[in-house]
Amino acid sequence: MDQRQSPFLLEIRDVTRRYTLPRESLFKPPAAVEALRGVSLNVTAGRSMGIVGESGSGKSTLARLVMALEAPTSGTVLFEGRNLHALPPDDLRAARRDFQMVFQDPYGSLDPRRPIWRTVAEPAAALEGASRAQQRDRAAAALESVGLRADALDKFPHEFSGGQRQRIAIARALITRPKLIVADEAVSALDVSVQAQVLNLMADLRDQHGVTFLFISHDLAVVSHLCADVAVMKGGLIVEQGPVRQVLREPAHAYTRTLLESVPELVAPVVA
Amino acid sequence: MPLLEARHLRVDLHTHRGTAPAVRDMSFALERGDTLGLIGESGCGKSMTALALMGLAPDNATVSGSLTLEGRELIGLPDRDWRAIRGFRLAMIFQEPMTALNPVHRVGAQIAEPLRLHQHLSAHAARDKAIALLHRVGIPDAARRVDSFPHQFSGGQRQRIMIAMALACEPDVLIADEPTTALDVTVQKQILALIRELVDERGMALILISHDLGLIAQNVKRMLVMYGGSVVESGASADVFARPAHPYTRGLLAARPSLANRLVAHRSERLPTIAGSVPDLFSLPPGCPFAGRCAYTEAACRTQPPPVVALPGDHRFSCRRADVVLGTPESIAADA
Repeated sequence: MDQRQSPFLLEIRDVTRRYTLPRESLFKPPAAVEALRGVSLNVTAGRSMGIVGESGSGKSTLARLVMALEAPTSGTVLFEGRNLHALPPDDLRAARRDFQMVFQDPYGSLDPRRPIWRTVAEPAAALEGASRAQQRDRAAAALESVGLRADALDKFPHEFSGGQRQRIAIARALITRPKLIVADEAVSALDVSVQAQVLNLMADLRDQHGVTFLFISHDLAVVSHLCADVAVMKGGLIVEQGPVRQVLREPAHAYTRTLLESVPELVAPVVA
Repeated sequence: MPLLEARHLRVDLHTHRGTAPAVRDMSFALERGDTLGLIGESGCGKSMTALALMGLAPDNATVSGSLTLEGRELIGLPDRDWRAIRGFRLAMIFQEPMTALNPVHRVGAQIAEPLRLHQHLSAHAARDKAIALLHRVGIPDAARRVDSFPHQFSGGQRQRIMIAMALACEPDVLIADEPTTALDVTVQKQILALIRELVDERGMALILISHDLGLIAQNVKRMLVMYGGSVVESGASADVFARPAHPYTRGLLAARPSLANRLVAHRSERLPTIAGSVPDLFSLPPGCPFAGRCAYTEAACRTQPPPVVALPGDHRFSCRRADVVLGTPESIAADA
């Protein structure tokens, strides 16, 4: 397989994903939905990409394909030029160190019965076979980089607030020093003031650790704050993509304009 | 006499950890056609306020102070009397349409229930009215859909059904608690437009509860900002957004990423945040709830409740250091 020919960190080529619905009748073939209908997207290292769209637009399906949690029906996902879905299992496992995910729900994504250090260190243990001592050290370092003190190591998730839990989830994603972090609605469940703290943290990681984010959200304002580029999804397709300021200033697609107009602003937007 | 008036409304929650004052000293008055917004972050007491207004506060809560509907005191009313008011004079749109609707009953029956209960309509008349209501809130093919179950509708449609239910008896006051949090922005816009239109059309009063500053800015005339169970700032929403006075309100406004700002500002700009975290209701300081997180905190802020300061246009905020705060430009205040 010819590898390393892609100039992009992540290259998504004409990806489709079809899901078969539960059979409704014995005599008819089960219906299918196409969650993704031919999506192509390039993410350059160092330029975080935002994906906006409403429920059912295919954002989360795209995230799962990028994370190699499931395979596309057709098309390819190249991470640093390698087709993730064609890698042998051992190679895929090794590759997973370079891309990690932060989930939406800071309550559901942490195991309530495990001390924080074990949750945070799990990728290091599973993907790199780190020893217990190493795991604790690295978990402490990761927690520190998200602004939590090392005494958090032996606590349990219920002892933290929603914002702190999301920091813990980010620490877990950081522990293997990934190049790409996929954040699926990672700040949507947080209050405004906490959301600002987590967004600032992500901006710091982007600037200081060179992490590139694939940042999925329904909130255009949040996406535009963190990302350099944005792709707008609707009905399994990307209807518009480009640099954030350009898309905000001169939305080319009617749907992008509808989205922009629907965001309740505190004052009338200064769009010319 | 105001339609609905709250004076020094207070809700105490009794739990195994002790007593938490979830709402303290809440006062407002509403006339027909008024729109009032309640804004604050999780745990500030806004939903507890809504439940108290509906007489639905949990069993372990004590509601005190005064709440009057056209002069009639509602606090301490027996359950039977509350049932005659709820859904009839006061109605509520809940946050989660999927949990607020009963999954095993057809939506038509659920909309017809308050009509049969309060207006004693016949089953047939109630059904006709349910169809008319579904049609009014924009459910296509209402005459057929009236017999569908909640799961057969989309999220936005379910919220429309909730609205139809709340409106069935033409209440005087409509309380909407985060009516669109579960919905997409384009649907959210439609739902709020519908609520506003119906409030106008029927001369109801609206109480809109939300954590979304933009939603409040665009949909209500007056607003209350809640923090740690108390109202820290109140006024016409135009005034509060144009000249936020309380350090908490300023911090909240500054922390919100704004599309308008993105068009002019640079990408690497940091969002101003509010230091610290929300106070524990079980161990609230005797003074200002925001003391400690606020850059202007002085010793007295922690021990004595803040005085209410009046600004032009019935705009008020509670702050001991009002002169210093007001003398500071907002952007600096928000950054502190």
